[in-house]
Amino acid sequence: MEATAQGHDATHGHGHHGHAPSGLMRWLTTTNHKDIGTLYLWFSFAMFMVGGVMALTIRAELFQPGLQILEPERFNQMTTLHGLIMVFGAIMPTFVGFANWMIPMQIGAKDMAFGRLNNWSFWLLPPAATLLVVSLFVPGGAAAAGWTLYAPLTVQQQGVGMDLTIFAVHILGMSSIMGSINIITTILNLRAPGMTLMKMPMFPWTWLITAYLIIAVMPVLAGAVTMILTDRHFGTSFFNAAGGGDPVLFQHVFWFFGHPEVYIIILPGFGVISQVIQAFSRKPLFGYTSMVYATASIAILSFFVWAHHMYTTGMPVSGQLYFMYATMLIAIPTGVKVFNWVATMWRGALSFETPMLFALGFIVLFTLGGFSGLVLAMTPVDVQMQDTYYVVAHFHYVMVAGALFSAFAAAYYWLPKWTGHMYDETMGKVHFWLTLVFFNMTFFVQHFLGLAGMPRRIPDYALQFTEFNQISTIGAFGFGLSQLVFLYNVITCIRGGPKAPAKPWDGAEGLEWDLPSPAPYHSWETQPTVK
Amino acid sequence: MTKQAKWANMLRLAGLLVLVAVSGLAQAEYKLNFQEPATKVAQNVYDLHVWMMYICGFIFVVVFGVMFYSVFNHRKSSGRTPATFHESTTVEILWTVVPTLILLLMAWPVTVTLLEMRDSSNSDITIKATGYQWKWGYDYLKGEGEGIKFMSVLSTPKEQIHNSAPKGEHYLLETDTHVVVPVGKKIRMLTTANDVIHAWFVPALAIKQDAIPGFIRDASFRPSREGVFRGQCAELCGKDHAYMPIVVEVVSQEKYTAWVADQQKKMAAAADDPNKVWALPEMLKRGEAVYLQNCVACHQANGKGLPPVFPALDGSKIATGPKAGHLEIIVNGKPGTAMAAFGKQLSDTDLAAVATYERNSWGNKVGDLVQPNEIKATRK
Repeated sequence: MEATAQGHDATHGHGHHGHAPSGLMRWLTTTNHKDIGTLYLWFSFAMFMVGGVMALTIRAELFQPGLQILEPERFNQMTTLHGLIMVFGAIMPTFVGFANWMIPMQIGAKDMAFGRLNNWSFWLLPPAATLLVVSLFVPGGAAAAGWTLYAPLTVQQQGVGMDLTIFAVHILGMSSIMGSINIITTILNLRAPGMTLMKMPMFPWTWLITAYLIIAVMPVLAGAVTMILTDRHFGTSFFNAAGGGDPVLFQHVFWFFGHPEVYIIILPGFGVISQVIQAFSRKPLFGYTSMVYATASIAILSFFVWAHHMYTTGMPVSGQLYFMYATMLIAIPTGVKVFNWVATMWRGALSFETPMLFALGFIVLFTLGGFSGLVLAMTPVDVQMQDTYYVVAHFHYVMVAGALFSAFAAAYYWLPKWTGHMYDETMGKVHFWLTLVFFNMTFFVQHFLGLAGMPRRIPDYALQFTEFNQISTIGAFGFGLSQLVFLYNVITCIRGGPKAPAKPWDGAEGLEWDLPSPAPYHSWETQPTVK
Repeated sequence: MTKQAKWANMLRLAGLLVLVAVSGLAQAEYKLNFQEPATKVAQNVYDLHVWMMYICGFIFVVVFGVMFYSVFNHRKSSGRTPATFHESTTVEILWTVVPTLILLLMAWPVTVTLLEMRDSSNSDITIKATGYQWKWGYDYLKGEGEGIKFMSVLSTPKEQIHNSAPKGEHYLLETDTHVVVPVGKKIRMLTTANDVIHAWFVPALAIKQDAIPGFIRDASFRPSREGVFRGQCAELCGKDHAYMPIVVEVVSQEKYTAWVADQQKKMAAAADDPNKVWALPEMLKRGEAVYLQNCVACHQANGKGLPPVFPALDGSKIATGPKAGHLEIIVNGKPGTAMAAFGKQLSDTDLAAVATYERNSWGNKVGDLVQPNEIKATRK
């Protein structure tokens, strides 16, 4: 088979190509999808650490009532940057990293469609992240209006920090849009002969849909922050009632981006979970077709529900009813996905290696996040919960237990393919259980804080909230430290460890497993044929 | 020691640490649901949430019952050959239709509650709440008590916030003045803001309404029992977002009538003669009080501010320069910054007093005195 014929490349790797630059220049100029995937993954892990340290700073301040380590304005900067860095610097690039590594290998393509564009998409990220981090140290500090950047607070804030943030968002948006164009082109044009769209694995499928979402909504966000920029510096009044504008306009525009954004974050995770569950159940994915349709339905519905983030802004009751019903509809395709996963496991032959553990953790906890989402969809209940810790708990269940858990599942699942070594399974399991326990310790109690009425984004709180905040803080530090286990495991796996076979998981399906481990620097130079 | 044993030991140690931490917290009293409702709508919302929890709990048990049955019984280690089925139209239709029916079951009571919540017609008393950075202002616009207006500021001392004094029972949820309303009457709340978006949130009354600068929104509540109900601003509004609580005191009709009379008397007494000419010492004393209530959050007690966002007044060119420029900023604010137009919030006398205080405190020694009629002139 051509797959093994390419195998000789693996041991020599890229050193084979005498003309290619080495060292730093190799990484700066690379157009190879695997190199760029690696860059994305390391960058996002670094951002995960930076955003994580900010989260721990926030949690440390919240360990007790009163102000201890952060003044309120610093606290607000921390919550803002934590959100922006995690969403745009950590989670989104992680999945672009997986897409770069895996989509060409999974669809039998030689590389991504646009190599140089791919390089630029990545190298836009470090400057953007630098702008965000540097903004902490400029006079006036970083943006302090929350990651949602609501006007008029963003217009009011003095100092260059807010402007740096706006430019960072512009750059991050450009990077995402270019990455998406690349992914769509690759998937639509470079699939192996015989691989029809409806034979494509779930991961590229979910990414195809996600990429369209990104192209549709990132320009909307760019528009929203540009309006803030001109309100700040060029005398426009988009968000100032005195000048004929409306502060709530910002929220409509932002959430028209923001709601699809949460699906941008979670859909590729759905793809990963579908593939992992199938592999470790040793059984074909149940309802493949309905999985594809459910993903597409979720994506389309995501454009019609944005104002459920804004129930308390004072929209007419008819608006509240419409957005409530529309939001409830999303529960149906999401439910279909969960049922399909469970049905895939039903009467399979299950084993519980680390990727499967993270997938199971994902399904249970993401469903909990879905339930709290359904509760929040109910307008009168949301009026009690909006902008409280209930919302914080809800979106961390879908962002962390959802997106992050699926990213861990993906990393463990494909690490042997990338490195040619097996990771330490025991350490992987320890990482999972620590992550699971500390995650719930951090975020489950926040539901109760929200129910009791603790607002979000406050550095100091009334005494009755103390105990749950303490539990949450202890959990957060445990969660943060547990991730060092993952880092250690990945590094040792890169450096050595038992040799991985071409297909380390006996139930795994897909073209990537026809390639040797580690995957050669250039794979599928001759396209495989899919029957 | 094998690798497994080493990890197991480390896990045990971590577990022990967590246990110790948790047991320390085990004595505390935990609230697991909404605050006790004080209106019928709040009670409906409470019941709705409980009802949702039952439905979600039921679905959770069924779905994950099936999943965990699989996890425990369909293991590779028990030597099974996996089944090969991968679709079933009947099952797929069923699990699309059943959730739809469950959603309809939820939608009905929610819709009824929402319509009730949003009905603010036929109210007995109308109160306008205005969000300022970082306090609330109240105007009783209609009904018994019409004409009453006051500001409501956090009354927790700074020492408690900075941990140099023990924290009181209502730490951060106490204000100098309370919104007083009679029990059983329908109160319509109008919300607006002076600077950025705030949100008027009192959990026990099931009311949260964004206060948006330049617009007026409304919401309503009919308290069903007497008591003191505490809430906070719920929309991030800048530095002191955590420090602008709301206290609503629900009293009997008789007590309310008495409170209204008392307030009207107090307002009449507090109204200053706008033509009075003040002397420097009394003006400084009053100015300090006004400063501590309105200016200190940004410009700080020592007048040094928090540059560059909140400029220093001590040694500032404006506060030591010509009166006109100084008064202009105090009365009309500085657009595009956090400096509010205090002309809308304070009386002529208070504004004159605070200007006098700023010109003659810390290192500032201008020596002049601002009289209320100068403020009146600036307002024009």
